[in-house]
Amino acid sequence: MIVADKKPMEEIIEQIRSYQNVLILGCNECVTVCEAGGKKEVGILASALRMYFLNNGKDMRIDEVTLERQCDHEYLEEIRDRIDRYDAVVSLACGVGVQFMAEKYLSKPVYPGVNTCFLGVTEKRGLWTERCQACGQCILAYTAGICPVSRCAKRLLNGPCGGSTKGACEIGKDVDCAWQLIVDRLKALNRLDDYEKLFSIKDWSTDRAGGPRKVVREDVQI
Amino acid sequence: MTTKTPSKLERILAAGHLAVTSEVGPPRGSDPKHLEEKAHLIKNHVDAINVTDNQTSVTRLCSLAACIRLKLMGLEPVLQMVTRDRNRIALQSDILGAASFDIHNILCLSGDHQSFGDCAKGQNVHDIDSMQLIQTVRRMRDEGKFLGGAEIDRPPQLFVGAAANPFADPFEIRVPRLAKKIAAGAEFIQTQCIYNLDKFELWVKMARNRGLTEKVHIMAGVTPLKSAGMARYMKNRVPGMDVPDDVVKRIAGVPKEKQPEEGIAICVETIQRLKSVEGIHGFHIMAIEWEEKVAELVEKGGLYPRPQV
Repeated sequence: MIVADKKPMEEIIEQIRSYQNVLILGCNECVTVCEAGGKKEVGILASALRMYFLNNGKDMRIDEVTLERQCDHEYLEEIRDRIDRYDAVVSLACGVGVQFMAEKYLSKPVYPGVNTCFLGVTEKRGLWTERCQACGQCILAYTAGICPVSRCAKRLLNGPCGGSTKGACEIGKDVDCAWQLIVDRLKALNRLDDYEKLFSIKDWSTDRAGGPRKVVREDVQI
Repeated sequence: MTTKTPSKLERILAAGHLAVTSEVGPPRGSDPKHLEEKAHLIKNHVDAINVTDNQTSVTRLCSLAACIRLKLMGLEPVLQMVTRDRNRIALQSDILGAASFDIHNILCLSGDHQSFGDCAKGQNVHDIDSMQLIQTVRRMRDEGKFLGGAEIDRPPQLFVGAAANPFADPFEIRVPRLAKKIAAGAEFIQTQCIYNLDKFELWVKMARNRGLTEKVHIMAGVTPLKSAGMARYMKNRVPGMDVPDDVVKRIAGVPKEKQPEEGIAICVETIQRLKSVEGIHGFHIMAIEWEEKVAELVEKGGLYPRPQV
Protein backbone atom coordinates (compact mmCIF):
# COMPACT_ATOMS: atom_id res chain seq x y z
CA MET A 1 0.00 0.00 0.00
CA ILE A 2 0.91 3.65 -0.14
CA VAL A 3 2.11 4.63 3.32
CA ALA A 4 1.55 8.17 4.54
CA ASP A 5 2.15 9.98 7.80
CA LYS A 6 0.26 12.84 9.38
CA LYS A 7 1.41 16.36 8.72
CA PRO A 8 2.01 18.54 11.79
CA MET A 9 -1.23 20.34 12.60
CA GLU A 10 0.55 23.72 12.69
CA GLU A 11 1.35 23.30 9.00
CA ILE A 12 -2.29 22.63 8.15
CA ILE A 13 -3.45 25.57 10.28
CA GLU A 14 -1.13 27.90 8.39
CA GLN A 15 -2.59 26.76 5.08
CA ILE A 16 -6.25 27.21 5.98
CA ARG A 17 -6.39 30.04 8.52
CA SER A 18 -7.72 32.57 6.02
CA TYR A 19 -10.77 30.47 5.02
CA GLN A 20 -14.28 30.29 6.46
CA ASN A 21 -15.52 26.90 5.25
CA VAL A 22 -13.16 23.99 4.98
CA LEU A 23 -13.71 20.35 4.06
CA ILE A 24 -11.47 17.67 5.55
CA LEU A 25 -11.56 14.87 3.00
CA GLY A 26 -10.44 11.37 4.00
CA CYS A 27 -9.78 8.29 1.95
CA ASN A 28 -10.89 4.80 2.79
CA GLU A 29 -7.95 2.98 1.22
CA CYS A 30 -4.23 2.91 2.03
CA VAL A 31 -4.21 5.93 4.32
CA THR A 32 -6.94 4.29 6.41
CA VAL A 33 -4.84 1.17 6.87
CA CYS A 34 -1.79 3.18 7.89
CA GLU A 35 -3.96 5.32 10.17
CA ALA A 36 -3.04 8.64 8.64
CA GLY A 37 -6.03 9.72 6.58
CA GLY A 38 -9.08 7.54 7.11
CA LYS A 39 -12.41 8.43 8.67
CA LYS A 40 -11.01 8.24 12.17
CA GLU A 41 -8.12 10.61 11.40
CA VAL A 42 -10.46 12.98 9.55
CA GLY A 43 -12.57 13.20 12.72
CA ILE A 44 -9.60 13.76 14.99
CA LEU A 45 -8.06 16.43 12.76
CA ALA A 46 -11.39 18.22 12.24
CA SER A 47 -12.06 18.31 15.99
CA ALA A 48 -8.58 19.57 16.75
CA LEU A 49 -8.84 22.29 14.12
CA ARG A 50 -12.29 23.40 15.35
CA MET A 51 -10.95 23.63 18.86
CA TYR A 52 -7.88 25.57 17.75
CA PHE A 53 -9.83 28.16 15.77
CA LEU A 54 -12.49 28.46 18.46
CA ASN A 55 -9.81 29.13 21.06
CA ASN A 56 -8.33 31.74 18.76
CA GLY A 57 -11.60 33.55 18.31
CA LYS A 58 -12.28 32.44 14.78
CA ASP A 59 -15.60 30.99 13.74
CA MET A 60 -14.73 28.44 11.10
CA ARG A 61 -16.89 25.73 9.64
CA ILE A 62 -15.01 22.48 9.27
CA ASP A 63 -16.84 19.52 7.72
CA GLU A 64 -15.80 15.90 7.43
CA VAL A 65 -16.20 13.52 4.50
CA THR A 66 -14.37 10.28 3.78
CA LEU A 67 -14.55 8.85 0.27
CA GLU A 68 -14.00 5.26 -0.77
CA ARG A 69 -11.01 6.42 -2.83
CA GLN A 70 -9.63 9.69 -4.09
CA CYS A 71 -7.75 8.16 -7.00
CA ASP A 72 -10.89 7.30 -9.01
CA HIS A 73 -13.24 9.62 -10.84
CA GLU A 74 -16.42 8.00 -9.61
CA TYR A 75 -15.74 8.51 -5.92
CA LEU A 76 -14.46 12.05 -6.31
CA GLU A 77 -17.65 12.86 -8.20
CA GLU A 78 -19.59 12.14 -5.01
CA ILE A 79 -18.73 15.55 -3.59
CA ARG A 80 -19.43 17.57 -6.74
CA ASP A 81 -22.81 18.73 -5.51
CA ARG A 82 -21.45 20.21 -2.30
CA ILE A 83 -17.90 21.23 -3.14
CA ASP A 84 -19.01 24.84 -3.70
CA ARG A 85 -19.94 25.16 -0.04
CA TYR A 86 -16.24 25.15 0.82
CA ASP A 87 -13.48 27.69 0.34
CA ALA A 88 -10.82 24.99 0.53
CA VAL A 89 -10.25 21.26 0.99
CA VAL A 90 -7.68 19.50 3.13
CA SER A 91 -7.24 16.06 1.61
CA LEU A 92 -5.90 13.32 3.84
CA ALA A 93 -5.38 11.03 0.85
CA CYS A 94 -1.91 10.30 -0.45
CA GLY A 95 -0.33 12.70 -2.94
CA VAL A 96 -2.14 10.88 -5.72
CA GLY A 97 -5.54 11.64 -4.23
CA VAL A 98 -4.66 15.25 -3.50
CA GLN A 99 -3.67 15.78 -7.11
CA PHE A 100 -6.66 14.03 -8.61
CA MET A 101 -8.87 16.15 -6.41
CA ALA A 102 -7.06 19.29 -7.59
CA GLU A 103 -7.39 18.25 -11.24
CA LYS A 104 -11.08 17.58 -10.91
CA TYR A 105 -12.00 20.73 -9.01
CA LEU A 106 -9.85 23.23 -10.80
CA SER A 107 -10.81 26.37 -8.92
CA LYS A 108 -10.90 24.84 -5.45
CA PRO A 109 -7.77 25.17 -3.29
CA VAL A 110 -6.65 21.72 -2.07
CA TYR A 111 -4.06 21.21 0.65
CA PRO A 112 -2.34 17.97 1.60
CA GLY A 113 -3.01 16.81 5.14
CA VAL A 114 -0.48 13.99 5.11
CA ASN A 115 3.03 13.39 3.89
CA THR A 116 3.08 10.54 1.39
CA CYS A 117 6.05 8.37 2.35
CA PHE A 118 6.50 5.15 0.41
CA LEU A 119 5.08 1.85 -0.82
CA GLY A 120 5.24 -0.47 2.12
CA VAL A 121 3.82 -2.95 4.55
CA THR A 122 2.39 -2.98 8.05
CA GLU A 123 5.04 -4.83 10.03
CA LYS A 124 2.92 -4.38 13.10
CA ARG A 125 0.43 -1.77 14.18
CA GLY A 126 2.25 1.54 14.27
CA LEU A 127 5.21 0.34 12.21
CA TRP A 128 5.18 0.60 8.44
CA THR A 129 8.25 -0.07 6.34
CA GLU A 130 9.19 0.40 2.71
CA ARG A 131 9.28 -2.43 0.21
CA CYS A 132 9.00 -0.96 -3.28
CA GLN A 133 10.05 2.13 -5.23
CA ALA A 134 7.99 1.34 -8.30
CA CYS A 135 11.03 1.29 -10.60
CA GLY A 136 8.90 -0.25 -13.34
CA GLN A 137 11.18 -3.27 -13.99
CA CYS A 138 10.80 -5.75 -11.17
CA ILE A 139 14.00 -7.63 -10.33
CA LEU A 140 12.74 -9.58 -7.33
CA ALA A 141 13.10 -12.86 -9.23
CA TYR A 142 16.87 -12.35 -9.14
CA THR A 143 17.25 -11.05 -5.60
CA ALA A 144 15.51 -13.78 -3.64
CA GLY A 145 12.34 -11.76 -3.31
CA ILE A 146 13.99 -8.86 -1.46
CA CYS A 147 14.32 -5.54 -3.24
CA PRO A 148 17.71 -3.81 -3.12
CA VAL A 149 16.32 -0.81 -4.99
CA SER A 150 14.00 0.11 -2.14
CA ARG A 151 15.80 -1.49 0.79
CA CYS A 152 19.50 -0.79 0.20
CA ALA A 153 20.37 2.84 1.03
CA LYS A 154 22.61 2.88 -2.06
CA ARG A 155 20.24 0.73 -4.13
CA LEU A 156 23.21 -1.53 -4.95
CA LEU A 157 22.37 -4.27 -7.40
CA ASN A 158 25.61 -6.05 -6.53
CA GLY A 159 25.81 -5.53 -2.80
CA PRO A 160 26.42 -5.54 0.09
CA CYS A 161 28.78 -2.60 0.45
CA GLY A 162 31.60 -2.52 2.97
CA GLY A 163 29.42 -0.86 5.58
CA SER A 164 27.17 -3.84 6.32
CA THR A 165 27.63 -4.72 9.99
CA LYS A 166 25.88 -7.48 11.93
CA GLY A 167 22.88 -7.36 9.65
CA ALA A 168 22.55 -3.59 9.82
CA CYS A 169 23.01 -0.93 7.16
CA GLU A 170 25.81 1.61 7.57
CA ILE A 171 23.25 4.40 7.91
CA GLY A 172 21.88 3.04 11.18
CA LYS A 173 21.74 0.04 13.45
CA ASP A 174 17.94 -0.02 13.19
CA VAL A 175 18.00 -0.38 9.40
CA ASP A 176 18.33 -3.89 7.97
CA CYS A 177 21.05 -4.44 5.39
CA ALA A 178 19.05 -5.52 2.34
CA TRP A 179 21.94 -7.58 1.05
CA GLN A 180 22.29 -9.43 4.33
CA LEU A 181 18.60 -10.33 3.95
CA ILE A 182 19.14 -11.36 0.33
CA VAL A 183 22.13 -13.54 1.24
CA ASP A 184 20.22 -15.12 4.14
CA ARG A 185 17.29 -15.92 1.88
CA LEU A 186 19.48 -17.22 -0.97
CA LYS A 187 20.97 -19.57 1.61
CA ALA A 188 17.53 -20.66 2.80
CA LEU A 189 16.57 -21.34 -0.81
CA ASN A 190 19.83 -23.24 -1.31
CA ARG A 191 20.74 -20.76 -4.06
CA LEU A 192 23.74 -18.96 -2.59
CA ASP A 193 25.69 -19.58 -5.80
CA ASP A 194 23.35 -17.13 -7.49
CA TYR A 195 25.03 -14.39 -5.48
CA GLU A 196 27.96 -14.50 -7.87
CA LYS A 197 25.92 -13.67 -10.93
CA LEU A 198 26.78 -10.15 -11.93
CA PHE A 199 23.80 -7.88 -12.15
CA SER A 200 24.16 -5.77 -15.25
CA ILE A 201 23.50 -2.05 -15.43
CA LYS A 202 19.83 -1.35 -14.86
CA ASP A 203 17.54 0.41 -17.29
CA TRP A 204 16.14 3.24 -15.17
CA SER A 205 14.01 4.67 -17.95
CA THR A 206 10.95 3.02 -16.41
CA ASP A 207 11.82 4.64 -13.08
CA ARG A 208 11.29 8.29 -12.15
CA ALA A 209 14.26 9.05 -14.42
CA GLY A 210 12.21 8.44 -17.55
CA GLY A 211 9.72 11.19 -16.76
CA PRO A 212 6.06 10.82 -15.71
CA ARG A 213 4.98 7.27 -16.35
CA LYS A 214 1.81 5.72 -17.64
CA VAL A 215 0.44 2.23 -18.09
CA VAL A 216 -1.71 1.89 -21.19
CA ARG A 217 -3.85 -1.25 -21.44
CA GLU A 218 -5.99 -1.12 -24.53
CA ASP A 219 -7.35 -4.58 -23.81
CA VAL A 220 -9.24 -3.36 -20.78
CA GLN A 221 -10.25 0.05 -22.07
CA ILE A 222 -13.94 0.63 -22.70
CA MET B 1 55.04 -9.85 -17.64
CA THR B 2 52.35 -8.21 -19.67
CA THR B 3 50.61 -4.97 -18.94
CA LYS B 4 47.55 -3.47 -20.51
CA THR B 5 48.09 0.17 -19.66
CA PRO B 6 50.97 2.61 -19.17
CA SER B 7 50.25 2.58 -15.41
CA LYS B 8 53.39 2.51 -13.28
CA LEU B 9 51.42 0.77 -10.54
CA GLU B 10 50.47 -1.97 -12.97
CA ARG B 11 54.11 -2.34 -14.10
CA ILE B 12 55.35 -2.68 -10.53
CA LEU B 13 52.73 -5.28 -9.67
CA ALA B 14 53.27 -7.15 -12.92
CA ALA B 15 57.02 -7.28 -12.20
CA GLY B 16 56.23 -9.07 -8.95
CA HIS B 17 57.26 -6.27 -6.60
CA LEU B 18 55.27 -5.48 -3.50
CA ALA B 19 53.62 -2.23 -4.53
CA VAL B 20 52.99 0.66 -2.15
CA THR B 21 50.26 3.22 -2.49
CA SER B 22 49.04 5.87 -0.12
CA GLU B 23 46.37 8.49 -0.29
CA VAL B 24 45.78 12.18 -0.01
CA GLY B 25 42.44 13.68 0.82
CA PRO B 26 41.72 16.86 -1.13
CA PRO B 27 41.16 20.07 0.85
CA ARG B 28 37.87 21.70 1.81
CA GLY B 29 38.71 24.72 -0.27
CA SER B 30 40.40 25.68 -3.48
CA ASP B 31 43.97 26.21 -2.26
CA PRO B 32 46.08 23.40 -3.75
CA LYS B 33 48.99 24.09 -1.39
CA HIS B 34 47.95 21.62 1.28
CA LEU B 35 47.40 18.84 -1.25
CA GLU B 36 50.80 19.45 -2.81
CA GLU B 37 52.48 19.47 0.59
CA LYS B 38 50.91 16.12 1.47
CA ALA B 39 52.01 14.70 -1.87
CA HIS B 40 55.57 15.93 -1.32
CA LEU B 41 55.67 14.17 2.05
CA ILE B 42 54.93 10.77 0.56
CA LYS B 43 56.02 10.90 -3.08
CA ASN B 44 59.41 9.19 -2.68
CA HIS B 45 58.01 6.34 -0.65
CA VAL B 46 55.02 5.26 -2.73
CA ASP B 47 54.40 4.10 -6.29
CA ALA B 48 51.08 5.82 -6.70
CA ILE B 49 48.85 8.15 -4.72
CA ASN B 50 45.12 7.63 -4.31
CA VAL B 51 42.99 10.73 -4.27
CA THR B 52 39.80 10.26 -2.33
CA ASP B 53 36.46 11.29 -3.81
CA ASN B 54 34.51 13.34 -1.27
CA GLN B 55 35.28 10.75 1.38
CA THR B 56 32.72 10.24 4.14
CA SER B 57 30.44 12.33 1.93
CA VAL B 58 32.04 15.59 3.02
CA THR B 59 32.29 18.07 0.15
CA ARG B 60 35.86 18.68 -0.94
CA LEU B 61 37.89 19.75 -3.95
CA CYS B 62 37.14 17.17 -6.61
CA SER B 63 39.21 14.05 -6.97
CA LEU B 64 39.80 14.54 -10.69
CA ALA B 65 41.21 18.06 -10.31
CA ALA B 66 43.41 16.90 -7.45
CA CYS B 67 44.65 13.99 -9.57
CA ILE B 68 45.51 16.41 -12.36
CA ARG B 69 47.53 18.48 -9.87
CA LEU B 70 49.47 15.37 -8.85
CA LYS B 71 50.00 14.45 -12.47
CA LEU B 72 51.37 17.93 -13.17
CA MET B 73 53.81 17.37 -10.29
CA GLY B 74 55.06 14.30 -12.15
CA LEU B 75 53.39 11.88 -9.74
CA GLU B 76 51.19 8.85 -10.39
CA PRO B 77 47.62 9.34 -9.17
CA VAL B 78 44.92 6.76 -8.54
CA LEU B 79 41.59 8.42 -9.26
CA GLN B 80 39.02 7.31 -6.72
CA MET B 81 35.53 7.54 -8.13
CA VAL B 82 32.30 6.89 -6.26
CA THR B 83 28.94 6.14 -7.85
CA ARG B 84 27.10 8.11 -5.19
CA ASP B 85 27.33 11.53 -6.80
CA ARG B 86 27.32 11.01 -10.56
CA ASN B 87 25.17 9.23 -13.07
CA ARG B 88 26.56 7.22 -15.96
CA ILE B 89 26.95 10.29 -18.15
CA ALA B 90 29.04 12.12 -15.57
CA LEU B 91 31.09 9.03 -14.68
CA GLN B 92 32.04 8.34 -18.28
CA SER B 93 32.70 12.01 -18.85
CA ASP B 94 35.05 12.24 -15.85
CA ILE B 95 36.80 9.05 -16.96
CA LEU B 96 37.51 10.73 -20.30
CA GLY B 97 38.64 13.85 -18.48
CA ALA B 98 41.10 11.75 -16.49
CA ALA B 99 42.25 9.99 -19.64
CA SER B 100 42.89 13.32 -21.33
CA PHE B 101 45.49 14.05 -18.64
CA ASP B 102 46.89 10.52 -18.94
CA ILE B 103 45.77 9.43 -15.53
CA HIS B 104 46.25 5.69 -15.60
CA ASN B 105 44.69 4.28 -12.44
CA ILE B 106 41.14 4.30 -11.15
CA LEU B 107 39.55 2.87 -8.01
CA CYS B 108 35.84 2.15 -8.44
CA LEU B 109 33.72 2.62 -5.32
CA SER B 110 30.13 3.05 -4.23
CA GLY B 111 31.00 5.69 -1.63
CA ASP B 112 29.83 6.25 1.92
CA HIS B 113 26.20 7.15 2.33
CA GLN B 114 25.60 10.90 2.16
CA SER B 115 24.05 10.92 5.62
CA PHE B 116 27.59 10.81 7.07
CA GLY B 117 28.61 14.05 5.42
CA ASP B 118 27.86 17.74 5.21
CA CYS B 119 24.98 17.36 2.76
CA ALA B 120 22.91 14.79 4.61
CA LYS B 121 19.74 16.22 3.06
CA GLY B 122 20.97 15.73 -0.50
CA GLN B 123 20.06 13.09 -3.05
CA ASN B 124 22.32 10.23 -3.91
CA VAL B 125 22.58 8.97 -7.47
CA HIS B 126 23.69 5.32 -7.58
CA ASP B 127 22.66 5.02 -11.21
CA ILE B 128 25.21 2.21 -11.39
CA ASP B 129 27.08 0.46 -8.59
CA SER B 130 30.80 -0.03 -8.02
CA MET B 131 30.86 -3.35 -9.85
CA GLN B 132 29.10 -1.86 -12.82
CA LEU B 133 31.57 1.04 -12.76
CA ILE B 134 34.39 -1.51 -13.03
CA GLN B 135 32.59 -3.01 -16.04
CA THR B 136 32.09 0.45 -17.51
CA VAL B 137 35.77 1.39 -17.31
CA ARG B 138 36.83 -1.96 -18.75
CA ARG B 139 34.42 -1.56 -21.63
CA MET B 140 35.63 1.95 -22.34
CA ARG B 141 39.26 0.82 -22.20
CA ASP B 142 39.15 -2.63 -23.80
CA GLU B 143 36.41 -2.20 -26.35
CA GLY B 144 36.86 1.53 -26.82
CA LYS B 145 33.14 2.02 -26.43
CA PHE B 146 30.79 4.13 -24.38
CA LEU B 147 27.96 2.43 -22.52
CA GLY B 148 25.70 3.73 -25.25
CA GLY B 149 27.70 1.77 -27.82
CA ALA B 150 29.45 4.57 -29.66
CA GLU B 151 33.18 4.40 -30.31
CA ILE B 152 35.52 6.44 -28.14
CA ASP B 153 38.21 8.44 -29.89
CA ARG B 154 41.41 7.67 -27.92
CA PRO B 155 39.95 5.33 -25.27
CA PRO B 156 41.09 5.68 -21.65
CA GLN B 157 44.04 3.58 -20.54
CA LEU B 158 43.19 2.93 -16.95
CA PHE B 159 44.42 0.20 -14.62
CA VAL B 160 41.21 -0.74 -12.85
CA GLY B 161 40.94 -1.20 -9.12
CA ALA B 162 38.27 -1.92 -6.58
CA ALA B 163 37.94 -2.01 -2.83
CA ALA B 164 37.33 -5.03 -0.66
CA ASN B 165 36.32 -5.13 2.95
CA PRO B 166 36.91 -8.59 4.41
CA PHE B 167 35.56 -7.37 7.75
CA ALA B 168 32.08 -6.36 6.68
CA ASP B 169 29.16 -8.75 6.95
CA PRO B 170 28.09 -11.26 5.90
CA PHE B 171 31.59 -12.78 5.97
CA GLU B 172 30.61 -15.82 3.91
CA ILE B 173 30.08 -13.76 0.77
CA ARG B 174 33.20 -11.61 1.14
CA VAL B 175 35.29 -13.95 -1.02
CA PRO B 176 32.45 -14.53 -3.53
CA ARG B 177 32.16 -10.75 -3.64
CA LEU B 178 35.85 -10.47 -4.47
CA ALA B 179 35.32 -13.08 -7.20
CA LYS B 180 32.48 -10.98 -8.53
CA LYS B 181 34.62 -7.85 -8.68
CA ILE B 182 37.31 -9.79 -10.52
CA ALA B 183 34.70 -11.12 -12.94
CA ALA B 184 33.56 -7.54 -13.49
CA GLY B 185 37.11 -6.63 -14.46
CA ALA B 186 38.99 -5.48 -11.35
CA GLU B 187 42.75 -5.80 -11.75
CA PHE B 188 43.87 -4.62 -8.33
CA ILE B 189 42.20 -4.51 -4.95
CA GLN B 190 42.84 -2.16 -2.07
CA THR B 191 41.37 -3.44 1.16
CA GLN B 192 39.78 -1.82 4.16
CA CYS B 193 42.19 -1.02 7.02
CA ILE B 194 43.37 -4.24 8.62
CA TYR B 195 43.60 -4.62 12.39
CA ASN B 196 42.21 -8.15 12.68
CA LEU B 197 45.05 -9.98 11.00
CA ASP B 198 43.76 -13.49 11.67
CA LYS B 199 40.47 -12.75 9.96
CA PHE B 200 42.25 -11.04 7.09
CA GLU B 201 44.59 -13.97 6.57
CA LEU B 202 41.62 -16.32 6.59
CA TRP B 203 39.98 -14.23 3.88
CA VAL B 204 43.17 -14.25 1.77
CA LYS B 205 43.48 -17.99 2.25
CA MET B 206 39.91 -18.53 1.07
CA ALA B 207 40.60 -16.28 -1.92
CA ARG B 208 43.79 -18.19 -2.62
CA ASN B 209 41.95 -21.51 -2.47
CA ARG B 210 39.67 -20.29 -5.21
CA GLY B 211 42.61 -19.14 -7.30
CA LEU B 212 41.57 -15.51 -6.99
CA THR B 213 44.95 -14.25 -5.87
CA GLU B 214 46.32 -15.36 -9.24
CA LYS B 215 43.79 -13.18 -11.00
CA VAL B 216 44.02 -9.95 -9.08
CA HIS B 217 46.64 -7.98 -7.15
CA ILE B 218 45.51 -7.60 -3.56
CA MET B 219 47.00 -4.66 -1.71
CA ALA B 220 46.53 -4.80 2.05
CA GLY B 221 45.12 -1.61 3.53
CA VAL B 222 46.69 -0.24 6.69
CA THR B 223 46.04 2.84 8.80
CA PRO B 224 48.27 3.73 11.74
CA LEU B 225 46.34 4.40 14.93
CA LYS B 226 47.18 7.74 16.55
CA SER B 227 45.63 7.08 19.91
CA ALA B 228 43.48 4.73 21.98
CA GLY B 229 40.61 7.13 21.32
CA MET B 230 40.99 6.66 17.57
CA ALA B 231 41.12 2.88 18.02
CA ARG B 232 37.88 2.93 20.02
CA TYR B 233 36.24 5.26 17.53
CA MET B 234 37.18 3.00 14.63
CA LYS B 235 35.98 -0.04 16.55
CA ASN B 236 32.65 1.36 17.66
CA ARG B 237 31.69 4.06 15.22
CA VAL B 238 32.98 3.20 11.76
CA PRO B 239 30.70 0.71 9.98
CA GLY B 240 32.49 -2.33 8.61
CA MET B 241 35.64 -1.76 10.68
CA ASP B 242 37.07 -4.55 12.84
CA VAL B 243 39.47 -3.46 15.57
CA PRO B 244 40.00 -6.38 17.96
CA ASP B 245 40.00 -5.77 21.71
CA ASP B 246 43.65 -6.71 22.09
CA VAL B 247 44.64 -3.96 19.65
CA VAL B 248 42.63 -1.39 21.61
CA LYS B 249 44.08 -2.74 24.86
CA ARG B 250 47.62 -2.57 23.54
CA ILE B 251 47.47 1.07 22.48
CA ALA B 252 45.46 2.06 25.56
CA GLY B 253 48.09 0.35 27.69
CA VAL B 254 50.78 2.93 27.00
CA PRO B 255 50.80 6.57 28.22
CA LYS B 256 48.96 9.01 25.98
CA GLU B 257 52.13 10.67 24.66
CA LYS B 258 53.52 7.28 23.66
CA GLN B 259 50.35 6.14 21.89
CA PRO B 260 51.23 7.52 18.42
CA GLU B 261 54.53 5.62 18.60
CA GLU B 262 52.68 2.45 19.60
CA GLY B 263 50.23 2.96 16.74
CA ILE B 264 53.12 3.17 14.29
CA ALA B 265 54.67 0.04 15.80
CA ILE B 266 51.39 -1.89 15.39
CA CYS B 267 51.15 -0.74 11.78
CA VAL B 268 54.75 -1.72 10.99
CA GLU B 269 54.20 -5.16 12.54
CA THR B 270 51.09 -5.56 10.42
CA ILE B 271 53.03 -4.77 7.26
CA GLN B 272 55.87 -7.11 8.28
CA ARG B 273 53.51 -9.97 8.97
CA LEU B 274 51.36 -9.55 5.87
CA LYS B 275 54.35 -9.13 3.55
CA SER B 276 54.94 -12.84 3.61
CA VAL B 277 51.30 -13.84 3.08
CA GLU B 278 50.95 -15.54 -0.28
CA GLY B 279 48.62 -13.54 -2.47
CA ILE B 280 49.40 -10.14 -0.93
CA HIS B 281 51.00 -8.02 -3.62
CA GLY B 282 51.34 -4.72 -1.90
CA PHE B 283 50.19 -2.23 0.69
CA HIS B 284 47.84 0.70 0.65
CA ILE B 285 48.71 3.05 3.48
CA MET B 286 45.87 5.32 4.52
CA ALA B 287 47.55 7.65 6.99
CA ILE B 288 44.54 9.85 7.56
CA GLU B 289 45.90 13.40 8.12
CA TRP B 290 49.17 11.82 9.24
CA GLU B 291 50.98 11.79 5.93
CA GLU B 292 54.31 12.69 7.55
CA LYS B 293 54.43 9.15 8.95
CA VAL B 294 54.10 7.35 5.61
CA ALA B 295 57.86 7.43 4.90
CA GLU B 296 58.63 5.95 8.30
CA LEU B 297 56.03 3.18 7.84
CA VAL B 298 57.37 2.29 4.41
CA GLU B 299 60.97 2.25 5.62
CA LYS B 300 60.33 0.33 8.82
CA GLY B 301 58.07 -2.02 6.91
CA GLY B 302 61.05 -2.91 4.72
CA LEU B 303 59.41 -1.54 1.61
CA TYR B 304 62.02 1.11 0.81
CA PRO B 305 63.53 2.03 -1.60
CA ARG B 306 60.77 1.77 -4.12
CA PRO B 307 61.58 -0.14 -7.32
CA GLN B 308 62.28 1.79 -10.50
CA VAL B 309 60.40 0.28 -13.40
